[in-house]
Amino acid sequence: MTTDPNLDSPRTAVSNPPVQPMPANLGAGDVVRASAMPDLPAPERQLTKVAKLIDVSKCIGCKACQSACAEWNDTTPPIEHNVGVYENPSDLGPEMFTLMRFAEYENPETGNFEWLIRKDGCMHCEDPGCLKACPAPGAIVQYSNGIVDFIHENCIGCGYCISGCPFDIPRVSKVDHKSYKCTLCSDRVAVGQGPACAKACPTQAIVFGTKEDMITHANARVEDLKSRGYENAGIYDPAGVGGTHVFYVLQHADQPNLYSNLPEDPKISGVVQGWKGPTKTVGLAAIGLAAVGTLLHGLLGRANRVSAEDEVLAEELVETEQAQPQPREDV
Amino acid sequence: MTNSWTDIKNTDLVIVMGGNAAEAHPCGFKWVTEAKAHRGAKLIVVDPRFTRTAAVSDYYAPIRPGSDIVFLMAMIRWMIENDKVQWDYVKNYTNAAYIVKDEFGWSDGLFTGYDEEKRDYDKSSWDYVIGPDGFAEVDMTLQHPRCVWNLLKEHVSRYTPELVEQVCGTPRDRFLHIAEMIGECSSPTKTMTSMYALGWTQHSKGSQNIRGMAMLQLILGNIGVRGGGMNALRGHSNIQGLTDIGLMSNLIPGYLAIPSEKEVDFTTYMSSRGNKPLRPGQTSYWQNYPKFMVSFMKAMWGDSATADNDWAYDYLPKLDVANYDILRMFEMMNNGQVNLYFCQGFNPLLSFPNRAKVTAALSKLKMLVVMDPLETETAHFWQNHGIHNPVDSAAIQTEVLELPSSCFAEDEGALVNSGRWLQWHWAAGAPPGEAMHDTWIMAQIFLKVRELYRTEGGAYADPILNLSWDYADENEPTPAELAMELNGRALEDVYDPKDPTKLIVAKGKQLLNFSQVQGDGSTMSACWIYGGCWNEDGNNMARRDNNDPDETGAFSNWAFSWPLNRRILYNRASADLHGKPWDPSRKLLEWNGEKWTGYDVPDISPTAKPEEVMPFIMNGEGVSRLFSRGLMRDGPFPTHMEPFESPIANVFNAELRGNPVARVFKDDFEQFGTSEEFPIVATSYRLTEHFHFWTKHNKINASLQPEFFVEISEQLAAERGIKKGGWVRVWSKRGAVYAKALVTKRLKPMQCGDQLVHVIGVPLHWGFMGAARKGWGPNSMTPFVGDANVETPEFKAFLVNIEPSTGEAVS
Repeated sequence: MTTDPNLDSPRTAVSNPPVQPMPANLGAGDVVRASAMPDLPAPERQLTKVAKLIDVSKCIGCKACQSACAEWNDTTPPIEHNVGVYENPSDLGPEMFTLMRFAEYENPETGNFEWLIRKDGCMHCEDPGCLKACPAPGAIVQYSNGIVDFIHENCIGCGYCISGCPFDIPRVSKVDHKSYKCTLCSDRVAVGQGPACAKACPTQAIVFGTKEDMITHANARVEDLKSRGYENAGIYDPAGVGGTHVFYVLQHADQPNLYSNLPEDPKISGVVQGWKGPTKTVGLAAIGLAAVGTLLHGLLGRANRVSAEDEVLAEELVETEQAQPQPREDV
Repeated sequence: MTNSWTDIKNTDLVIVMGGNAAEAHPCGFKWVTEAKAHRGAKLIVVDPRFTRTAAVSDYYAPIRPGSDIVFLMAMIRWMIENDKVQWDYVKNYTNAAYIVKDEFGWSDGLFTGYDEEKRDYDKSSWDYVIGPDGFAEVDMTLQHPRCVWNLLKEHVSRYTPELVEQVCGTPRDRFLHIAEMIGECSSPTKTMTSMYALGWTQHSKGSQNIRGMAMLQLILGNIGVRGGGMNALRGHSNIQGLTDIGLMSNLIPGYLAIPSEKEVDFTTYMSSRGNKPLRPGQTSYWQNYPKFMVSFMKAMWGDSATADNDWAYDYLPKLDVANYDILRMFEMMNNGQVNLYFCQGFNPLLSFPNRAKVTAALSKLKMLVVMDPLETETAHFWQNHGIHNPVDSAAIQTEVLELPSSCFAEDEGALVNSGRWLQWHWAAGAPPGEAMHDTWIMAQIFLKVRELYRTEGGAYADPILNLSWDYADENEPTPAELAMELNGRALEDVYDPKDPTKLIVAKGKQLLNFSQVQGDGSTMSACWIYGGCWNEDGNNMARRDNNDPDETGAFSNWAFSWPLNRRILYNRASADLHGKPWDPSRKLLEWNGEKWTGYDVPDISPTAKPEEVMPFIMNGEGVSRLFSRGLMRDGPFPTHMEPFESPIANVFNAELRGNPVARVFKDDFEQFGTSEEFPIVATSYRLTEHFHFWTKHNKINASLQPEFFVEISEQLAAERGIKKGGWVRVWSKRGAVYAKALVTKRLKPMQCGDQLVHVIGVPLHWGFMGAARKGWGPNSMTPFVGDANVETPEFKAFLVNIEPSTGEAVS
């Protein structure tokens, strides 16, 4: 996963996986946080932080990442209608964990037209709002390498993760009532391979490695963009969520909203913060332990409980924030 | 490609014009991103639409479809005016100094010799003055008023930036900015690469579009060098192989010609193909033509091809017209002159112009055989699919046979990529169900036909009965056997003509490469240019060594690149007249006093002295041609021609319609629309989410682009009351389609003089079979006319009209 220090950027050949099979190197012992489990024991070890860098300026919008994502995760994205845009399917979904979003921008300063194409999907926040909002014990976990993963056996389909997410990413399936999002290919990363989307990206707009290496690479990319006249080129690694393990290089880092409404200063909703603050023990009596999956089996000491107030608050969140999605300028 | 995909990383400037590399060739496009990331290269995109390639470009300019020649000639004019010329290159390596006949000229959009009746030129004046010594006359000072350079200067003088703005709709400042960027590449140490595709070929003057850029590249000294070249991005993984193998009615493998019926014997056929040098000491490599031809005939007919029977020359079919191209075949089919159409790996119902005519033509066949891995629209042309294929099935009597064949991943063999690399691949699985390999199917047909000739006889059975069929299993020649045959082998012991005691290659051995091919029948080689692909070293196409010493981008031990594993054509031109590299940091070849050394296989005799033998050895001149003599039907220089359907009259001659020498069948002429009735320009294109008509059968691809749409500007949408995502009806003189409207800022009306031209984009991936939603393609509307030289249909510029519609159900 680390890049060759002799190369100034990660290359296709470097991201080729090991050819020998290896045992999964990411397990229950690597979980640093789990939803509704405040007393999780400290992890046995600290993995190197990883990150996926999406260089928007190198992205050609080919959707190979979407295709690879569906192939690897064995999902069946719906065959929808064309609604007058390039986004297909028209939104993220339980069968489509990543989506190219296309924004048309007339740059008033240069007089140039720009087509800003951003790969949308889970940002794998260092401080994940979904995990904080989730009332189901062990349904959302964070590993010490930074990956935030949904453990579907434990998911109760309540949708609180959606309200907790400042990027509006998770989607609940109407078929199995579980919430889905990008896993950063934790199953591939566990065996020494990069995410499927990075593997498929023909221009290496998506690269994967240690967060440190990715930052170095991103800085070089920003320098290149500045030399090409993008004065405000920069890295999008928002501090409001503690930084992210999927981050962007943007031509206009001063205006992230240009990129199909990428939030300028994403934060976990204050309601979620207060509701699921570190001092409050929460749980969901109705669910109990029955849904707890194998990953965290044995880690759980007791059932969490959630008060009636919590439930009402959370439902309001879902109703108010999700029922009225923000209108998008480019649609 | 003159260069290779991997070589693109060496460039300083990429111009994508007449193509959309990021969208249609995303994997190859990675080398553009390499050049940008590691050389600081810039990317220019010139296209009617702001494409996905434009999205990652450094500079973009719009251009009206079909006006590229004006842009390119104006670019050449600007280079000359501003002294952005690589003079040493132009003087020594092009025919700039050659003197042209006094009779040659141009006026009113036409060159000398035009015959309106015949729609053709008498090209006799388009040639050099030949001196008493039999060689072309030159003036190396470029002072002679009739030298090519001065004629070119005069020719391009009409193409001003103002004319560009008026005809192309490209804003003057955008044009000039691009000129400045390109002009920098006239330095010997800066190069530009041209990447183009169907955006240039699919015009009635497509070949001249490409020539225009090739001439610009020569003037900048960018041919034969690393990071330069003319790079055609091929649309199928093996379409380069298709042309190499000569799958056209007028070609045989290795770019040899099918004889015309006027060439009654081998001697007559060869008499026009000697290609004697036009200047003293030049190589003129086509002088080896007889060797390639005889070895091809030996590959075809073995012992039945002898010196006594003109190498079985009579067995070859003879053309009674210039070319039985697909346009002509469908014209004949439509006239009831074709009984059986064998359609292998082709879906003409969607990919050929004027679909109504294609349907009518297929309906007149007695039998249609479709060999394909997929259920194509062509195989189902007789089936009623409502408005998506509104045929009266009962009225169609054509018998249709579908022969399911294997897909590329189920085959072993070589694919030839755009960069001329023959890359061997291995089958990943067995074909499903009843599907069989194409070679097995073809072998069965041949064996049955031969059996019928044996038992029942028939008119002139010899070419069939005597066809060489020397395979271990006659039912299925293996890819290895076929590849070895393409390479060629010795049929007798071959000795060095200079030293008859020296054995070059023993009987039965594979030829090292085409330098061992003989014209006396002692060798066979089915495709001379592939010589070396499978020699005694084994299968060189299967090589997978990705070492690249000094990171030149050559990767010489990866697969096999024709010819002779050469990675960059004309690479001798990467060094100056004395053999020193123009750019030492991008050295390709160098003369060491005795021979050429460097990173690539020299495209010249390894011991040819630099000042004596010029780099373009395939030409009799030894140099490249800014003036193409009589080799192209529509002129020795590119001259502006409008599309056959255009909103604007030709500025040089309002009477001219389209390319004045493009062949048009009578009925088709009547089906051209005018801008009064059809005021909007349409252009076809491909989307990265799909590959032609294949991937709509795949559910994931179908989900990524589910439904047919057309792209229109916000201004046109407002003018016509069209809503984003709403239905529209688009129609031409030949047919109509219903589509979703994708209203975008990426297309803008173009101001061409006092005329505002609206352009719409029509992608081509939908039909009535497969997983995606049913739809149409541009070919329901496109005109039945092709390029004057190679008959590629004019898909990139045609006229339509558009209106909002309540839905596709309305018809």
